[in-house]
Amino acid sequence: MNINHNAKGAYVIWLRELKRYWVDKPRIISSLAQPLLFLFILGTGLSRIGSSKLGIEFIFPGIIGMTLLFTSIFSAVSIVWDREFGFLKEVLVAPVSRTAVAIGKALGGASVAMIQGTLILLLAPFIGVVLNPIILIKLWSFMFLIAFSINSLGLIVAVRMKTMEGFQMVMNFFLFPMFLLSGALFPITSLPGWLSYLVRANPLTYGVDLLRQTLLGPHVAVFSPYFDLGFLICFAIIAISVAVIMFRTTE
Amino acid sequence: MLLKVAIKPTYIIERFDSCGIYLVGDILRLISMSNSIIRVENLVKKFNSFEAVSDVSFEVFEGETFGFLGPNGAGKTTTINALVTIAKPTSGKAYLNGFNVVENPGDVRRSIGIVFQDPSLDERLTAIDNLQFHGIIYNIDKQTRNKNIATMLDMMKLTERQNDLVRTFSGGMKRRLEIARGLIHEPKVLFLDEPTIGLDPQTRNYIWTYIDRLKERTGLTIFLTTHYMDEAENCDRIAIIDEGKIIALDTPENLKKMVGENIITLKTEDNDKAKKEIQDKFGISLKQRADAIRLEVSDGEKFVPKLIKETTVNIDYISLWKPTLDDVFLKLTGRAIREEKADASEQMRQRSRMWIKRR
Ligand SMILES: Nc1ncnc2c1ncn2[C@@H]1O[C@H](COP(=O)(O)OP(=O)(O)OP(=O)(O)O)[C@@H](O)[C@H]1O
Ligand SMILES: [Mg+2]
Repeated sequence: MNINHNAKGAYVIWLRELKRYWVDKPRIISSLAQPLLFLFILGTGLSRIGSSKLGIEFIFPGIIGMTLLFTSIFSAVSIVWDREFGFLKEVLVAPVSRTAVAIGKALGGASVAMIQGTLILLLAPFIGVVLNPIILIKLWSFMFLIAFSINSLGLIVAVRMKTMEGFQMVMNFFLFPMFLLSGALFPITSLPGWLSYLVRANPLTYGVDLLRQTLLGPHVAVFSPYFDLGFLICFAIIAISVAVIMFRTTE
Repeated sequence: MLLKVAIKPTYIIERFDSCGIYLVGDILRLISMSNSIIRVENLVKKFNSFEAVSDVSFEVFEGETFGFLGPNGAGKTTTINALVTIAKPTSGKAYLNGFNVVENPGDVRRSIGIVFQDPSLDERLTAIDNLQFHGIIYNIDKQTRNKNIATMLDMMKLTERQNDLVRTFSGGMKRRLEIARGLIHEPKVLFLDEPTIGLDPQTRNYIWTYIDRLKERTGLTIFLTTHYMDEAENCDRIAIIDEGKIIALDTPENLKKMVGENIITLKTEDNDKAKKEIQDKFGISLKQRADAIRLEVSDGEKFVPKLIKETTVNIDYISLWKPTLDDVFLKLTGRAIREEKADASEQMRQRSRMWIKRR
């Protein structure tokens, strides 16, 4: 009964994320504009430089990763808005476990990110990437894993943040480095030592690698798919656990 | 000696055995009266070095309406936040429904409901979505939930707007929705932090009628903070809080007795002279506040005509009122709870005024 109640609590928090997403249609459009700009302008520009590896096809999985990253971080950071507009109090005094709250929130954000990611994925035929049902199911599972990991990470950062000023900091020190050092836009194999450590610590690196080899084939792989998956699963479990602990003790 | 023995529980049981059925009612009353649902012991809450709540202790009994009265910044909301587990006390202990708010927050949360002072709705959701969210997260079964939501929407006159986004609502409508949400589940203790602020008298009336009925049906305990004197007067007991400390705690009647029966305020052309005259002729001690003279008498209606007859200084105005809890606060601290007064209609209800002008 208690478990049932907590499951319902997580469900309704998940549902709220989706409803808020659906209500805010301008945000859906504008948050698609950015990845599309990157995809076509950067993709076209890079292919003119001459390297055969760098092209619209190469960055397409990276742009999906970018969409997942940005949507997830925005969803997670919305908790700061919830705090500022007071809604967080309603959740924090409710008789539902904080574990359910954190998981519901991470699942909600992950679902929204997956919808956004899928909208980008719809462009695959125009870019010359072939999709079939098996690839699609694989991609969705990986996208979910990536989005859930990043949502959990975002919650860890956002749950203690008291004002929106902190958000700018997150953008500069967290979001953009994570994006740029993930291999989304350029190959990471030839980076110097200190940068390559950051790349290897970045969960998005493994996410993008996984998406890329699923979409384009094993010849573009940097790591083995099992290693990518293993890293992401471990990261997701650790991140959501820390997020739960942070939720339990937040005021 | 006898009294001391009488309050020992074993003694009660012995009496119960020997006297049988006659004592059952007495014992039940004794148990229910002493059954405290909130117990606060030496509660302190600091924000950095600033002490918002300093060493507060009190008890709230099951089924009573307990009021917190105090000026802005007194520490009312901070105390409530500690009791509802969203602020961690710096020191001290608090129990709600027998559970420690720090050690068993989950059990505490299952016992309470709250209408926050500050907005706490999701403005990007519709009214009905806000209510459904609350109903589900408080684990109310679907049938009861839908029934309660319909009742509350109807009472708050929001049924037609239920599918609109909350951000399109007016301030008063948001407030009504917030109270509606607080009332769709039936907790053991309901915290109302200035619930009816900004609402019209008719709506306030509906809400209080509903809460009174709920109280009768469920034996709910209410913890209220308010700046409306009529709401405060309806409390069973009131704690007056100032600068983080409780400075008085009693029934409204007893508190008002502290002030004296009636208060007369007058303004004259020469307050100093008038003051001296009144002191000489009536032997009453006076207080001068800003540009007016205040005096406390037992029978104001009879005293005012005498006062007018006996003073030679021209009186600009004179007013008489029965003490309110505001005056209790003034008496205790030397300050008014808030300088600006509530709307005119409220003043009319609370005071019988008498304006006299002489030239
Ligand atoms: N989060 C916070 N950080 C710092 N100071 C705070 C915080 N919350 C409250 N305070 C301070 O604590 C004191 C008590 O505030 P509280 O909100 O409890 O007052 P209140 O009695 O509810 O007043 P009001 O009638 O205005 O609602 C105030 O001086 C306030 O500035
Ligand atoms: Mg307050």
